[in-house]
Amino acid sequence: MINASLKELAAALAEKKISSVELTTLFLDRIEQHNPNLNAFVTVDRARALAAAHAADQKVGAERTALTGIPLAHKDIFCAEGWRTTCGSKMLGNFTSPYDAHVVEQMNAAGMVTLGKCNMDEFAMGSSNETSFFGTVRNPWDTACVPGGSSGGSAAAIAARLAPAATGTDTGGSIRQPAALCGLTGIKPTYGVVSRYGMIAFASSLDQGGPMAKSAEDCALLLNAMAGFDPRDSTSLERPAEDYCRDLDKPLAGLRIGLPKEFFGAGMDDGVRVVVEAALAEYRKLGAITVEVSLPNSGLSVPAYYVIAPAEASSNLSRFDGVRYGHRAADYGDLNDMYAKSRAEGFGDEVKRRILIGAYVLSHGYYDAYYLKAQKIRRLIAADFSTAFKDCDVIMGPTAPSVAFKFGEKSADPVQMYLSDIYTIAVNLAGLPGMSIPCGFDRDLPVGLQLIGPWFGEAQMLNVAHRYQQATDWHRRMPAAFAG
Amino acid sequence: MSLSLDDVSRIARLARIEISSAEAERTRDQLNGILAFVAQLQAVNTDGIAPMAHAVDVVQRLRPDTVTEPDRRDAFQAIAPETEAGLYLVPKVIE
Repeated sequence: MINASLKELAAALAEKKISSVELTTLFLDRIEQHNPNLNAFVTVDRARALAAAHAADQKVGAERTALTGIPLAHKDIFCAEGWRTTCGSKMLGNFTSPYDAHVVEQMNAAGMVTLGKCNMDEFAMGSSNETSFFGTVRNPWDTACVPGGSSGGSAAAIAARLAPAATGTDTGGSIRQPAALCGLTGIKPTYGVVSRYGMIAFASSLDQGGPMAKSAEDCALLLNAMAGFDPRDSTSLERPAEDYCRDLDKPLAGLRIGLPKEFFGAGMDDGVRVVVEAALAEYRKLGAITVEVSLPNSGLSVPAYYVIAPAEASSNLSRFDGVRYGHRAADYGDLNDMYAKSRAEGFGDEVKRRILIGAYVLSHGYYDAYYLKAQKIRRLIAADFSTAFKDCDVIMGPTAPSVAFKFGEKSADPVQMYLSDIYTIAVNLAGLPGMSIPCGFDRDLPVGLQLIGPWFGEAQMLNVAHRYQQATDWHRRMPAAFAG
Repeated sequence: MSLSLDDVSRIARLARIEISSAEAERTRDQLNGILAFVAQLQAVNTDGIAPMAHAVDVVQRLRPDTVTEPDRRDAFQAIAPETEAGLYLVPKVIE
């Protein structure tokens, strides 16, 4: 049952082979058993989860959806009414949300059962989950290694089969990189497809929510519930609803896979390269052809991102002032002193660094040299993708340059940590949909294959991922320590 | 172009984050490391390229000027650090 697909779980629930209360209890018990070791969840509420499961069990006929009664974990960046919502920060350690994020509303409306809230890098700023105020999350494949970040708790929870699925957010790779490092499937949709309402903001022009699960089919089902227009997000797109499952089974004959030469150069571990090449060979067996493409400006994506994202973060995080909610210092003098002390106490080091960088690049005299320059380069990066998609249907490459690394290995040097997102960040700058799917192992740790689609190419990308998962079983592998 | 300790304290003041003198040097070094890394952007020719502020080119939606939010003041103030008579309390600003 713990390794079942969402479709299998839905069938078992519909046929009354199991109730949602039983299924929810199974996962709650697993969380109780394994979370002390993994630290994947910040908050679990057994009573609330079981009440939701009980309500799901009462639903009949047209009240039921393909997801009714299935348990889900939310990244703790999503506000959920009555739930403590911390965003991995001391700043929000005492914050109980008075409202639901759109994503939470959507999943509740589909009848899914919230198990709890998952640990994450503080304010989603990190690639290893080491910046969380609530402690690091351990990777279930090797508990001496990071799970990736920033959706590291969501990834570890699914990998250890503590939850069948989870929500994540991706500003520079925060769904795809932890999915890769934990052997999962995750999709970041096209910017604007999933509402940002109630999703605590980091960099608003880049942030996008999406599902994390065991397979592309699971992700397609979850995205069907999650996506949709929401007038409360000013950049939510008004588009006709899509069925992301519609093309899952389409054959791949003639599919053109673009391989950016910049993603296959120096910088990728040899072990990762071998596994990614084998996945591409599998795709050729499935009838796809590979063509070389070029993303000449992609090397600039990390530095451009580390101007744009901190600039937006410094503006977004100015709302945390100790006045209306969140942490307020105990001792202070005047109003400015209250702000400065509350923020100094409430934010961790990485968040402070990014706010300071952002304040600097937006300050008088430096705006043109940094922020405007980075925005121009952002356009060059996006244009590279438009050109590449003239010659291919989907782009592939590694999700991350290496498998999961050890705690502390990159945390001393911020720039080294930033480079773990070298293959994912360009996708956010361009606003494209991106995915990571498990495609093998290097030194017994999972390797992720990244798929990048054209704008609104989610259904095809899910199809491309699903056909591979029909032919391989990497996505069904479980870490042995958590298989029982 | 690298930041001095004075620059760091100016930026920290702009960002309303207190930085102790013990942290200042380490913060300066880390910020300089990041700025040195992003400096490679300066070498790129971007003449004639329009800045891209957003991933998707959409115009701001407008809606009718009507009340859409219910009054939830009590719920919102219940999570505030300090309130009184429906007001958020902060240190005195005007003498």
